[in-house]
Amino acid sequence: MNTEVATTRTITYRQALNETLRAELERDDKVFLIGEEIGVFEGSYKITAGLLEDFGPDRVIDAPIAEEGFVGAALGAAMLGMRPVVEIMTINFSLIAIDQIVNHAAKMRSMFAGQVSIPLVIRMPGGGGQQLAATHSQNLEVWYAHIPGLKVVAPSTPADAKALLTAAIRDDDPVIFLENLSLYSAKGEVPTDEQVAEIGKAAVVKTGTDLTIVSYSRGTTTALEVARQLEAEGLSIEVVDLRSLRPLDRDTICASVKKTGHAVVFEDDWLSYGIGAEISATIGEGVFDFLDAPVRRVAAAEVPLPYAKSLEKAALPSAADLARVVREVLNISSTPNDK
Amino acid sequence: MAAKARTRPESTIESTGGEPADTLRDYYEQMSLVRAFELRSSEMYARAKIGGYCHLNLGEEATVVGLMAAIEARDYLFTGYRDHGYALLRGLSPERVMAELFGKVTGVSGGRGGSMHLFDAETRLFGGYGIVGGQIPPATGAALALKNQEVAGPDAAAVMCLLGDGTTNIGAFHESLNLAGLWKLPIVYVIVNNGLGMGTTVEKASAEPDLYKRGASYRMPGVRVDGDDVLAVRDAARDALRQARESRQPVLLEVMCYRLRGHSVVDPARYRSSEDTTIAQQSDPVPSFRAKLISAGVLSETDAAAIDEAADVRVSEAVVFADESPEPDVDDLFKYVYATAVAHMPTALPGEPVMDAL
Repeated sequence: MNTEVATTRTITYRQALNETLRAELERDDKVFLIGEEIGVFEGSYKITAGLLEDFGPDRVIDAPIAEEGFVGAALGAAMLGMRPVVEIMTINFSLIAIDQIVNHAAKMRSMFAGQVSIPLVIRMPGGGGQQLAATHSQNLEVWYAHIPGLKVVAPSTPADAKALLTAAIRDDDPVIFLENLSLYSAKGEVPTDEQVAEIGKAAVVKTGTDLTIVSYSRGTTTALEVARQLEAEGLSIEVVDLRSLRPLDRDTICASVKKTGHAVVFEDDWLSYGIGAEISATIGEGVFDFLDAPVRRVAAAEVPLPYAKSLEKAALPSAADLARVVREVLNISSTPNDK
Repeated sequence: MAAKARTRPESTIESTGGEPADTLRDYYEQMSLVRAFELRSSEMYARAKIGGYCHLNLGEEATVVGLMAAIEARDYLFTGYRDHGYALLRGLSPERVMAELFGKVTGVSGGRGGSMHLFDAETRLFGGYGIVGGQIPPATGAALALKNQEVAGPDAAAVMCLLGDGTTNIGAFHESLNLAGLWKLPIVYVIVNNGLGMGTTVEKASAEPDLYKRGASYRMPGVRVDGDDVLAVRDAARDALRQARESRQPVLLEVMCYRLRGHSVVDPARYRSSEDTTIAQQSDPVPSFRAKLISAGVLSETDAAAIDEAADVRVSEAVVFADESPEPDVDDLFKYVYATAVAHMPTALPGEPVMDAL
């Protein structure tokens, strides 16, 4: 990444995505956007606002409701050298296209011995907490993070949204670009000049010495909030933002836990077989001798997410849950504020 | 084009249509090569030289030759998993195709794909695909790219997407045809209708068993042609490709043929009635085309026998090449996972530590 940051602006995650799409459409005429309601309607979450007007219907393609069809069509266009950026309205609908993503996009380069590359980006938001009920609130990142041949990134800040989306569009492999509904309006400092992240690298977004919280996407913002809150109580918490779920930067995770001796994973997906399971196994294998306590995971309750606000809130991992578990791992009695 | 009834007792090839003798001879040579290659593939499978799934074009040779006579070098071809004959006639050497079936590094897909996944970027064979219907959305997207990269006209490229009769019931088929019809894409979808999914008949699988009629839902011409008639297949495919490249009118072409044997080499096809098997054998396009050319004076019996012998020799050479070729190097296991190098790419073999303890 370019470290010579001249100037920055404070913009939203949504705006960072929109500006990056615009910049890449301007830079490379092989780039085109395709998805449901991304043109005339400007996207369900307005990420593509204004782009149809400026780039026209051949570059910003409104697709019918046919995820398997248009994701596969984007893949086919990528085989001929185009650089499609697909928007799937939410990650939940990607299951309709999963044959094209898992059985085809992820396989082609290997299965055909490198004769074809798939420069395809699939953008999609996940996340609960919006009272969208069981079918529209899922965090299915492990479905894709499990698959060799895919790259899976999950930016947590507007700056990373820009740098990782730029990298994803310029990458010659299929990249799953995970957004989160609750991040779209989040604001942050974003460098004005070109930023290209290195996929596969995690970042230590806050340093500390007592415990490491490992998280990604929305979870990182909560982790930072909790870390700062605990800092006021004299605890020094390090936060590792994964940024890339495949490949996974095990080195950065282990280096951090080696230093702190304690680790908690904060994840929005379900506990069993989730991202935290992989992180825990990595820590166990990499830095077992440096651990002063078992690794804990704070994840979603394993239930199809209910609509009712009270039930939804109970099921989703919160800042309070994370703070409580951090104290448990550090063997510090909890404060009344946590519950 | 009238429907081909499955009760038809014998081949209906009516004429050689005033075709040049050399062309007819070429077509017979190609049919004979595909036949010899597939019979030998079956034998090599039985001898465990070939593993996995292996689906043969036996009985479909006239369809294979007709379609490949129609497609141009600049066009892109996507197929299902019954793809050996198409690869051979797309210009890939029998050596490289057989080597792929043998899982050798000299194979068309470097030994990584096997029978169902033949691919050759140079000849624009853009894949054999093992998942039923999986090839249809990418083929449609290739046509979308062509539409944006080229101007329509006689020199433009088009996409030919092959699929089986069973594939017409999967969502990807309907979603893709809708996109092609909606966006006016230069693509010809060819249903190779051999009457059977694996063992399930078209009539038991499709509410509208006249599959070519399904194009109507997508404002796409539907055409049905006798798949045992190499010239009829070629002419219908040429006309469809012309519409695709010149008018960006996608076409649904249904080619009626018979599968001589089981779904794959390990399938004894006990579900087939003896009557159906008899019809398939009587319709066998290779001996009937051979007989036709002999009776028309295009070939003598000696010529035909020499062609068959040459095909057999050609395939024998391919088997020797495949057998003697090296297997892929295990050190190259991860070689093609990503095109753009990426930090922390996993490369552990089973049982190897993912982390060296820090």
